Amino acid sequence: MIYMDNAATSWPKPPEVLRAMTEVLERAGGNPGRSGHRLSIEAARVIYDVREEVAQFFHAADPLRVVFTANVTHALNTALLGFLDSGDHVVVSSMEHNAVMRPLRYLEQQGVFLSIVPCAPDGSISLQDVAEAMTVKTRLVVIVHASNVIGTILPVAEIAAIAHSAGALILVDAAQTAGAIPIDVQAMGIDLLAFTGHKALQGPPGIGGLVIGAGVDVARLHPLMRGGTGSQSELEVQPEYMPDKYESGTPNIVGIAGLGAGIRWLKHRGVDAIRDHEKMLTNALIDGLSVIPGVKLYGIGDSGRSMPVVSIAVSGKRVSEVGQRLDDEFDILCRVGLHCAPSAHKTIGTFPEGTVRFAPGALTTLDEVQQTIKAVERITRS
Amino acid sequence: MSQYGVILFFTTSSAIQSEKMLLKESFAVKLIPVPRELSSDCGIALRFDWDDMERVTLVLVEAKVETDSVHRLP
Ligand SMILES: Cc1ncc(COP(=O)(O)O)c(C=O)c1O
Repeated sequence: MIYMDNAATSWPKPPEVLRAMTEVLERAGGNPGRSGHRLSIEAARVIYDVREEVAQFFHAADPLRVVFTANVTHALNTALLGFLDSGDHVVVSSMEHNAVMRPLRYLEQQGVFLSIVPCAPDGSISLQDVAEAMTVKTRLVVIVHASNVIGTILPVAEIAAIAHSAGALILVDAAQTAGAIPIDVQAMGIDLLAFTGHKALQGPPGIGGLVIGAGVDVARLHPLMRGGTGSQSELEVQPEYMPDKYESGTPNIVGIAGLGAGIRWLKHRGVDAIRDHEKMLTNALIDGLSVIPGVKLYGIGDSGRSMPVVSIAVSGKRVSEVGQRLDDEFDILCRVGLHCAPSAHKTIGTFPEGTVRFAPGALTTLDEVQQTIKAVERITRS
Repeated sequence: MSQYGVILFFTTSSAIQSEKMLLKESFAVKLIPVPRELSSDCGIALRFDWDDMERVTLVLVEAKVETDSVHRLP
């Protein structure tokens, strides 16, 4: 079997991740910070250590401003619903995932104003368009770090500078980039970084997080949920302290341990080395697919400016047929359709049909990419 | 009076963070359940040798760790 769907979730996971997840339940199975006995304290230590790992990995100054969530969708909702009020203005790109667009469309009904900056069909954005979309009421710019449909990387640091000079903050959806390219929240000026653990960070599903920068006044960022935190139990109001304010309920310690192991695995292998490998695979995919008659390639066509996400259409064939034949006849798993990003597909001109998306990962081999290219070629001919 | 003091925190994360810092500096510290006479909290507190009180609190102040209160155990 050839797994070409790492943009949906990475697979297989490093064995170290699986081991860390079983080991934490055996060794540190208490409820972190709730009970005060040895197993409870050990669980809290595991969580704190991963908080520190995450902070270091993204160059965040304060580990207590790393908030664990269920996934990037939860992190994005925390930031969007917690920060925006009626009357606020938000600038967003046209390449966003529904994890951003659906909360924003909901907020729009509550009186938040949206400006959607159209991207080019190759997914790139004009900085001038972003600057022109800013108003005196703009409180937040929301931007996907890289498209999950065509992989195009957006210039986050430059957009952050535009946001800051207009007095706004920036929220980045790093679902596709966290773990795959270096992210330095301080150098890049990212106020709110939302990430998911189950993609390039190599962790399991069910864990993600929001990294909150020093420029964010947490008094103005309301939590999505309120409840038990193990702290200040005498009070019936939600504590304001970090990270408890945003972490009510027993945390996913198994997921957190897996995320920590994923990050350690990445550091051991080297994010740059993995990036080089994935660029090589992306180049091979682009080169191989682009010469097949009847195959149309989307995206920027440059592995240095995109993630390992390659979308195609095959003339005369439905994307669903291509996907099913790849699975049934060639044992190749990919994802077809709209990839939860209708706005992105409208931008690249593939709405409502969608595309066939190939996403190699850290553990994909060049041979697997070549077999994929051959399979697509066979499908176009019959 | 006992030889120990305890530090209470607003969040478990700060307690763990402090333990890690202080162990690195070779202080004899231990995380314990918050003594009921000090707080109704259900979380954890950091026990330390009262002789180290000033040096321990200095480490935490310098690292900007938020603490709730410091007590000598009876
Ligand atoms: C750009 C982008 N944003 C958000 C998501 C949602 O991720 P999750 O389902 O882990 O919350 C994904 C992946 O599905 C994505 O690629």
